[in-house]
Amino acid sequence: MEALKKEHQLIVSVSPHVKSEETTSRIMWTVSLALLPAFLAGVYFFGPKALLITAVCIVSCMVFENLYMKIVGKKPVAGDGSAFLTGLLLGMNMPASLWSFSPFTAHVPVIASFVAVVITKQLFGGLGFNVFNPALIGRAFALISWPKAMTIWNEPTAALLAMDAKTTATPLGILKEEGVAKLLEVFGDKMSLYQHLLTGNRAGSIGETSAIALLIGGLFLLAKRYISWHIPVSFLATASVIAWVFGGKGALFTGDPVVHLLSGGMMLGAWFMATDYVTSPSMRKGQIVFGIGCGFLTMLIRLKGGFPEGVMFAILIMNCFAPLIDRGFQAKVFGAVKQDKAKEATK
Amino acid sequence: MVLHIGLFRSPILLKEELFNMGLATFKGGIHPPDKKTLSAGSSISETKPPKIVVIPLSQHIGAPCNPVVSIGQEVRKGQVLGEPAGFVSSPVHASVSGKVVAIGEFPNAMGRMVNSIVIENDFREEWTALKDSPDYMSLSPEELREKVKAAGIVGMGGAAFPTSVKLSPPKEKPIDAVLINGAECEPYLTADYRLMIEKSSEVVEGLRILMKILGVQKGYIGIENNKPDAVAKMKEAAAGSENIKVLALEVKYPQGAEKMLIKSILGREVPPRALPMDVGVVVQNVGTALAVYEAARYGKPLIERVVTVTGEGVRQPRNLMVRIGTKVSDLIDECGGFTEGVAKVISGGPMMGFALGGLDVAVTKGTSGILVMPEEVVSHTEEFGPCIRCSRCIDICPMGLMPSMLSVLAERGHYEDAREYNLFDCFECGSCAFVCPSKRPIVQLVRLAKSMVKP
Repeated sequence: MEALKKEHQLIVSVSPHVKSEETTSRIMWTVSLALLPAFLAGVYFFGPKALLITAVCIVSCMVFENLYMKIVGKKPVAGDGSAFLTGLLLGMNMPASLWSFSPFTAHVPVIASFVAVVITKQLFGGLGFNVFNPALIGRAFALISWPKAMTIWNEPTAALLAMDAKTTATPLGILKEEGVAKLLEVFGDKMSLYQHLLTGNRAGSIGETSAIALLIGGLFLLAKRYISWHIPVSFLATASVIAWVFGGKGALFTGDPVVHLLSGGMMLGAWFMATDYVTSPSMRKGQIVFGIGCGFLTMLIRLKGGFPEGVMFAILIMNCFAPLIDRGFQAKVFGAVKQDKAKEATK
Repeated sequence: MVLHIGLFRSPILLKEELFNMGLATFKGGIHPPDKKTLSAGSSISETKPPKIVVIPLSQHIGAPCNPVVSIGQEVRKGQVLGEPAGFVSSPVHASVSGKVVAIGEFPNAMGRMVNSIVIENDFREEWTALKDSPDYMSLSPEELREKVKAAGIVGMGGAAFPTSVKLSPPKEKPIDAVLINGAECEPYLTADYRLMIEKSSEVVEGLRILMKILGVQKGYIGIENNKPDAVAKMKEAAAGSENIKVLALEVKYPQGAEKMLIKSILGREVPPRALPMDVGVVVQNVGTALAVYEAARYGKPLIERVVTVTGEGVRQPRNLMVRIGTKVSDLIDECGGFTEGVAKVISGGPMMGFALGGLDVAVTKGTSGILVMPEEVVSHTEEFGPCIRCSRCIDICPMGLMPSMLSVLAERGHYEDAREYNLFDCFECGSCAFVCPSKRPIVQLVRLAKSMVKP
């Protein structure tokens, strides 16, 4: 055998001998690319602060991942793009005001990155094994630890160099505290409100405001088959129905689903956070259940809870159930159902 | 036809899916680049008679043959070398005339040592006496089945299950349809394609014989739609027989897997662990149908077959009529030798074939192709990442399994749990490993798990 090997140097390995060109890192970088329009919209509306916050998150995530790998003696994998994506998502989930908040809070993104990458992801076994969405845990940690800093929102300035901006409330905050009438008053009329929400010209986290940019990114991923329609559609549909039925003041069926769909982190969450492969169910039917759960919990928190926004907690809660949902929706083996039916028929 | 499966995944269809709308198909599957143009244009040509043939006594699923010749004995072409040892077994015959020079263990394509008979060719090409039957259709089903058995015919698509066994279903399992598998869904391979083009009427005759043996009124020939000329040729050849239908199938791997083919053509699902005969079907490969015809008509034993020698690593990809027992190295020489930087030589196709450790391996009845891949085409499997639960493998698994779960469980040694995830329903088509973005060796892990637990 040794002679044969020397003669031809043939590789012997198990089939298949050809593989698709898809790689984990290509998926991560493509998802990052899909987030780019929304991120650029954030930078446009909130100025260089948005860019800085996100950059801090991305750099911290990549540094922490590499450091951790070095310390535990694993091969560094930051090149696979997953730490970059986590950083980008985390940054897009932060308010731009964090950069200029007083007292100083620019360390918040760094600590949130540590929580996301090291505690949520690596300590649970690394890529593929984390139970919770790392970026969302990072954000939840920041929100709970620095509640004030994380809920002070800048008004969108759309001026590229503006470092200072007035603070204001998010549309959901206004809706929660003062009702829909006030919201309409602030934005002029209904069409103007929708327009602001669609383009992203409103207060909110850096990457969550531009619904149209997020939709473009989401549809791009859908067309590339990087995500399937199951989670976003069931998530958004459930939230819309609940918003329509229970979202109104007083009477049922008077709520405005459009406002709920386009505000807060709904679009970012439904297209980019809930669809995270690792922390959502693998089975398509299970994904629909997962999406319904996310939509339901989001609206429960928004309408009845203490926070104006519920997307983050809704997804995190559903993350816990993902393995359980997968168990309940095991794949149907080829031929299996027919066999059962045949058995029943013969009984 | 149900809603196209692609739509379930995404509202935007792939190019491959658009072109195949409405064709008979199954759920799941993948679209690897088919690379058939490398050899599709080369008509089947005879190889130079080999100087030496190494004929394994076990080229089939079932008991190895008992040798009936001895060293030094002169044999003729077509003479029996080994008699079947049991019901699930098949005889082997001399593919050249000459002298038996050795009987001993030689490696087969899977790397196992197999008892084999080595014959030195005297180049006289003297046939043993064959029983010609010009009026073969008037023979009884039993006589025809006996001819198939005596000719040593086994499934030539790769599995090499003795055909006579498939043609002897137990009484309680009535058969109502015979399917000829012309899907040839493995990339690169064109052996069946060339047979359908060049020997269409013989293949149809083979199907008619199979139908007669089984007493069946319905015959189908399923061909992937990337071979429209083969579809046309076979339709023309079958035009006279009303009970034979030729169907174009969606181009999708593994369309040619038995269970998938039955689903695509008849809409029947073979239950887990059951056989095609449980849903009243017998499936035979195109090459097998031809061998059945030649056995019935001329009494010719299975001593040669079409082998596609192809791949970017061979200078002149060709379809060759090869004597059983010819060494792979002879075939490579016949096709102009290797190009630079050959990394892998595969017996069979790129999805389910076996990588060879050396070129001294002999062609057997189940060898459909020899695929030579240079460094840049071969996928390296040494490095792989963790499962990111992307669901790609679950979406495409034709058996409806969760390959991601199987691979993770096998990796951690939870073989019993893997069995609960229907481990033994996997037929190792490799679609999951093809699509896996983490390049996980899923088939290898599945085989490991299968070897560690009982079904």
